Amino acid sequence: MNRIERAFSQGKAFIPFITAGDPSLEVTQQLVLQMAEAGADLIELGIPFSDPIAEGPIIQDADARALSGGVTTDQIFDMVARIRKSCDTAIAFMTYINPVYTYGTERFLKRCSEIEVDALIIPDLPFEESEELKPYCNEYGVKLISMIAPTSKERIAMIVKEAEGFLYCVSSMGVTGVRNEINNDAEEMVRLVKEIKDIPCAIGFGISTPLQAAEMAKFSDGVIVGSAIVKIVEQYGNECTPYVKEYVRKMKEAVVS
Amino acid sequence: MSKGRFGIHGGQYIPETLMNAIIELEQAYEKYKKDEEFCEELNDLLNNYAGRPSLLYYAEKMTKDLGGAKIYLKREDLNHTGSHKINNVLGQVLLAKKMGKTRVIAETGAGQHGVATATAAALLGMECEIFMGKEDTERQALNVFRMELLGARVHAVTSGTQTLKDAVNETMREWTKRVEDTHYVLGSVMGPHPFPTIVRDFQSIIGREVKEQLLMIEGRLPDAVLACVGGGSNAMGIFHEFINHKEVRLIGCEAAGDGVDTDKTAATMATGTIGIFHGMKSYFCQDEYGQIAPVYSISAGLDYPGIGPEHAYLNDCGRAEYVPVTDREAIEGFEYLSRMEGIIPAVESAHAVAYAKKLAPDMGKDQIMVINLSGRGDKDVAQIARYRGVQINE
Repeated sequence: MNRIERAFSQGKAFIPFITAGDPSLEVTQQLVLQMAEAGADLIELGIPFSDPIAEGPIIQDADARALSGGVTTDQIFDMVARIRKSCDTAIAFMTYINPVYTYGTERFLKRCSEIEVDALIIPDLPFEESEELKPYCNEYGVKLISMIAPTSKERIAMIVKEAEGFLYCVSSMGVTGVRNEINNDAEEMVRLVKEIKDIPCAIGFGISTPLQAAEMAKFSDGVIVGSAIVKIVEQYGNECTPYVKEYVRKMKEAVVS
Repeated sequence: MSKGRFGIHGGQYIPETLMNAIIELEQAYEKYKKDEEFCEELNDLLNNYAGRPSLLYYAEKMTKDLGGAKIYLKREDLNHTGSHKINNVLGQVLLAKKMGKTRVIAETGAGQHGVATATAAALLGMECEIFMGKEDTERQALNVFRMELLGARVHAVTSGTQTLKDAVNETMREWTKRVEDTHYVLGSVMGPHPFPTIVRDFQSIIGREVKEQLLMIEGRLPDAVLACVGGGSNAMGIFHEFINHKEVRLIGCEAAGDGVDTDKTAATMATGTIGIFHGMKSYFCQDEYGQIAPVYSISAGLDYPGIGPEHAYLNDCGRAEYVPVTDREAIEGFEYLSRMEGIIPAVESAHAVAYAKKLAPDMGKDQIMVINLSGRGDKDVAQIARYRGVQINE
């Protein structure tokens, strides 16, 4: 069983997202270790990008903070290598296609494989452009995570057939962020996916409360939360780790209950 | 390889949420561009509303002063709303209407594209929202008011560098929020396929007219065609017709800001590397980690860290040349054309005028140069005054 399979084999999965380097790489490293301890099944680490077009203001600001702190992709690779010495939780990088392409796609994937990053999530790389990364992901054993959105409709079948690892189901229209109400299209999306292939479906975009997470977990295999956590990081800065840990613990509890 | 490629450039690098909208747009465009009724309606708007064809003006004084090539100006500044932007906007808004959309959104840098979009939306009865970097709303305050006057809502974008690229980011985000009834009127030959092709096609009327007009006046094609390049829509518009006429030199003039050896520049070809951003593979000003660089130019319309994918291709295959022009040179071009010909060009177009001043004397008197005067300079007068240290009330 690989790390991603394991992430979805311990009840419904809870998948937290944080931006690497916000507020510092030292804190990010602590956050990853503590979130894993609090029950996070897979951790999404954002490699900050100057122009994150799929993000709402909360994660945009986190990216800006991380970059103005001077964080680079190489430093993030080194940090993950350190984390891997004591942590075996599945890790996915979430970033945009340009930081991967400009770093050198093969060089990027090779490094991911060396530090045992399990998956890549690239919101501006749709199915039609997946060849940009797919050959290198296959060569270096890193899963390229596919995304489906409420607008995907008849595209779902095509995307799901090629999907591997797990499927990132975008719950609602728009960008990442905390939402009071989450579209109930998500349940229908998951149903359509499962008709085609038995692949774990994790739901993201807009989820922040344990109640929302529990609702989403009822019909899916996992819940992804980003902005709500990044908000805690923003609020408490260097002291954020215990607050984030407690939040992750509550959320994991909510999704498995 | 995916759709919409120009060599290795182009493609469709956008979130899944937008893919169906992009596919729908491509299908609608393929259908309507061959639809007689659509073409007639668009031609009617271009001729009877926007004022086409635009003049091809022989700049006799400038020609004599520079003592080389015979210089013609393609007067896109005389179009309704004051720039070439209206050509693309009328096409796209009409297309959006045919597609059953009721709302259009657009980014704008200098405000020319925003004004054109707001104009077309007013005329064709569409709801309109414009996204403009906060810094640009300040240096182009008059255009903000102009858009509001036309019934558009203008959002000042405060993220990132608060200029054109951030306006594009925010318009893309807005489109992912509300795509069902909304069309994104992209203002340049950039973004994901099919935008670079659609915008080029709608702008290519510029080059077609130039060819026809010049054949009529001179009985021959030009030796060189010059245009300023940010995203590159006016340049693609005038270049396109001449691409297969290999003897015609195509020259894109980029905004070098303080100079290509400084970090205050927006000259993408001169200082950029290949990357993938805003839906396309092309050249971008960026660092070694793929972080998009903050760029600078006095011209809000050229203050963009990328360039359209077809330009990237024309550069790679050597069909077009791209040259950097500094702020200082552009302002000299701005003032030169104003005094020499009594034509105040947009500070964007002034970049092409500035390079023409350098190039024309080296060309023979029997040679012909066409400069695309993509916009008029009224919007820039206050800023140029500030640059020259003159305090005026707008």
